[in-house]
Amino acid sequence: MTRATLQALLSHWGRHPLQLVTLLAGLALATALWSAVQAINAEARASYQTAATQLGADSGPYLHAPSGLIPVSQYVTLRRAGWQLAPVLQGRAVLGGIWVSVLGVDFLNPPALPAFTQDDRPETGLSLDALTAPGRLFLHPETAADLAQASGLPPVSITNLVPPGVVLCDISLAESLLQLPGQLSRLVVLPDQSAGLKPLADLGDLAPDLVLSQPARAADTARLTDSFHLNLTAFGLLSFAVGLFIVHGTVGLAFEQRRPMFRTLRALGVPLRLLAALLLGELLLLALIAGAVGLVLGYLIAAALLPDVAATLRGLYGAPVTGGLTLRPAWFVTGLGMAILGALAASAQALWRLTTMPILAAPGVLGWSLRAARSDRWQAGLGAGLIAIGGLAIVVFDGLIAGFALLAGLMLGAALMLPPALGLVLRFGQSRARGPVSEWLWADMRAQLPGLSLALMALLLALAANVGVGTMVSSFRLTFTGWLDQRLSAELYVTARSDAQGTEVQGWLAGRADAVLPIRYTTTQIFSTPVRVYGIADHPTYRDNWPILTADAHMWDRLAQGRAALINEQLARRAGLWPGSSVTITPGWTLPVAGVYSDYGNPSGQVIVSLDSLLQHAQDVPNRQFGIRIAPERAAALARDLRQAFDPPLSRVLDQAAIKARSLEIFDKTFVVTGALNILTLGVAGFAILTSLLTLWTMRLPQLAPVWALGMTRSQLARLELSRSVLLAGITALLALPLGLLLAWVLLAVINVEAFGWRLPMYLFPADWLRLLALALLAAIVAAALPTRRLSRTPPADLLRVFAHER
Amino acid sequence: MLLDISHVTKTYAGPDAISTSRVLDDVSLTLTQGETLALTGESGSGKSTLLHLAGALDHFDSGEITLNGIALSTLDDTGRAALRRSTVALVFQQFNLIPSLNVAQNLAFHARLGGKPDQAWIARLIQRLGLGDLTGRYPEHLSGGQQQRVAIGRAMALRPNLLLADEPTGNLDEATGDGVLDLMLELVAETGAALLLVTHSQRIAARLGRHAHLAGGRII
Repeated sequence: MTRATLQALLSHWGRHPLQLVTLLAGLALATALWSAVQAINAEARASYQTAATQLGADSGPYLHAPSGLIPVSQYVTLRRAGWQLAPVLQGRAVLGGIWVSVLGVDFLNPPALPAFTQDDRPETGLSLDALTAPGRLFLHPETAADLAQASGLPPVSITNLVPPGVVLCDISLAESLLQLPGQLSRLVVLPDQSAGLKPLADLGDLAPDLVLSQPARAADTARLTDSFHLNLTAFGLLSFAVGLFIVHGTVGLAFEQRRPMFRTLRALGVPLRLLAALLLGELLLLALIAGAVGLVLGYLIAAALLPDVAATLRGLYGAPVTGGLTLRPAWFVTGLGMAILGALAASAQALWRLTTMPILAAPGVLGWSLRAARSDRWQAGLGAGLIAIGGLAIVVFDGLIAGFALLAGLMLGAALMLPPALGLVLRFGQSRARGPVSEWLWADMRAQLPGLSLALMALLLALAANVGVGTMVSSFRLTFTGWLDQRLSAELYVTARSDAQGTEVQGWLAGRADAVLPIRYTTTQIFSTPVRVYGIADHPTYRDNWPILTADAHMWDRLAQGRAALINEQLARRAGLWPGSSVTITPGWTLPVAGVYSDYGNPSGQVIVSLDSLLQHAQDVPNRQFGIRIAPERAAALARDLRQAFDPPLSRVLDQAAIKARSLEIFDKTFVVTGALNILTLGVAGFAILTSLLTLWTMRLPQLAPVWALGMTRSQLARLELSRSVLLAGITALLALPLGLLLAWVLLAVINVEAFGWRLPMYLFPADWLRLLALALLAAIVAAALPTRRLSRTPPADLLRVFAHER
Repeated sequence: MLLDISHVTKTYAGPDAISTSRVLDDVSLTLTQGETLALTGESGSGKSTLLHLAGALDHFDSGEITLNGIALSTLDDTGRAALRRSTVALVFQQFNLIPSLNVAQNLAFHARLGGKPDQAWIARLIQRLGLGDLTGRYPEHLSGGQQQRVAIGRAMALRPNLLLADEPTGNLDEATGDGVLDLMLELVAETGAALLLVTHSQRIAARLGRHAHLAGGRII
């Protein structure tokens, strides 16, 4: 009995091969986009872990100073007391126009890094020249390729035992690259210590400011990049949901079409339980096939996107991620699991209906449409409820998860409310229609809505995501460009090789430049996070251009007098410091916050004080970087002279345009992945429309044949079919616009603040909306082209068959 | 002569796309204005096919059909559609109303499509067919008899020259079917249209002016 029943059930797919392809394609696409995102996330996390190991983050307990850096003198004291310690200086610096993480260690006494302990040590070429000037940099092949064009760098050794985006070098070279002479980030406690030493936790007299900590492993990088991965996961889930719409629609239709068969099978004595079990088995089999195809597609998508993601993570967070993809068993199993879960979720309603509805109930597509129409009110209520829950989440809870709960509630709620909203629009259209054909067209669209609503919901989500994310990215870009103009107001930026050369540069520039603005900073810790403290000269360059978000009266005067500090938005939001409050920069140095400025692309906090104040509180602040003000037309000649005037040559001479171009290039790369996922999601939505129209095709003939018989030609009907799809897609696109703008607002005002610590102004881009509307209409035309062409070529005999043995 | 079917042959391709099946073989038939003709025959004898050919819904292989003086073989798709909007009206066994339009809209649809809606006539039809209380309802909320009355109303609202009816009472019980047929014959008589009605029932055929029987693709 089982075999015969299964044969009967599977025969449906033989008669409807397109439906089968649609079902498999929908599920495969959903799995592909989801698993691609997961592969990227897994690869990035594995890279963090590898990097943590390679950087010795888990090599043992270490001493650090909560207030910031450790003076070398303190290290010397501890060594003299008999402690076996390995000094480490770590920080971020710009080399060759890109951000890198610099890791400086004592090559004669290094912590346990794989680069020094593993077999391919000779490859790293650790020789004497690494210890003598100009030193040697140890780089991952990808980093070496990135820095290939950089000038003035010491010799390079290439090794796979250093993570990408990291520059490993001797501590003396790191001091120079990071401009932190005589400073250390931490002291790693080596395993073999002499007997009779004081417990490390009790170093009160030797090193009163130091704290003993256990290795942090990859936690820091993972935490820093969590928001980025959460963003990707959200996009992956959205794509997955859009794909499941296709599956839900197809399974629902297949169920309705097979209902007469179920009825017959039941009448012939097949138990309901067996029938349900066989349908479930069939579904699992299809899910496994589609899941496997989806995983292959997902792997290809991830492999294509990963290099850009890696570049983004390195550029934005300094997170070490390689561009290569590894096949992981866990990813494979999870992907198949998602395909099965997705198929079950998308089919749950159909399976439930099979077990609960009287099997002899009137079959047919009309019943399906009617039930869907009846559920409109219920659906609208549920949608409104989801939006309300999302809104409540952001009011009651803080954090990124609450932000995403708002997004999820908004998107799903709006999708559920789409069919009732479209129903209202179509009813209005019908009431205004004049002429029998347009009346019928509007009425017919209303009747077809239930069958198309899932595809249209998918389209709504894809379009809203496009508008929302597009508005966010474009607003960000516009703000970022303006911000760059404000921040990079000096015409040239120069970095000297040493403080002595810095002083020489200042002297040389006197009389040649309009102004020389020193860029000097030290690093401290505020609320246990590293913060850079910059000291700036009082100059109109800052007063006129600095991108201030909020400020007290006389801010610049108070800053110049050393009576106030400015902080960046990230620090302000993280620490809750705004004008009127005070910031403790180091113990004993507290200043009122006079203003907050925007500081995009930088995940860390920043403080600006007057240069005199900085030098008063922090001695030995390097004096090697300068911003040079000069008439723009004279800048190129001065840059050329600067490059030739010094021996050894200056470390860097960059003009404003080059820095801006590089910054914008990094910015654009950051959003390549988002753009790609946007397009893919829209593609899936277009495919959803196509599959809906194709699967609904069998239901359309009985509805169109009478109209044809009453005197309309097939080509007229085909044109109307096309108009119907375009009109529905157009209305959906118009409804997606406000939803997308709301989404953009949530991304800019909620998600960005939680994830990155900055809030961006929202700009509107009507030209982009028009482009997207055109894209949506094009997608609808392409999707409707095949069924329309089919209709225009349907032989009269096929249409007449409707009258001969309808239903 | 309103309808002249002359030596018409129609062949369908078999399921294997190689073999053929001749459904109509040298069929000739005429119908004048105001005349009613019942076409009977076994299942598969070609009754519906002949009706579809007469209604310009399908193409014949050979012979000629002239409707209101127009040779159907000379018409393209647009010309045939125009003829269906102006001269011919159809009533089907399955009613084939448009599910998305209500009774009033369905009833006026064909006449409006043909560009000659006579509101007074349509209002009278609604009264005659007893649909006054049902005008706002949709087909799915109507009984079979009610749906067929709407279908007849839709056809007659056009004031066609020729009414083609394919088993119009085949889906109705006898009493309802008789009522529907009465209405149809009354309206045909009132408008002067010709009626070609396909039926299995000899009893119904007997109520029409003429009777033709199809067997093996030929009129006998």
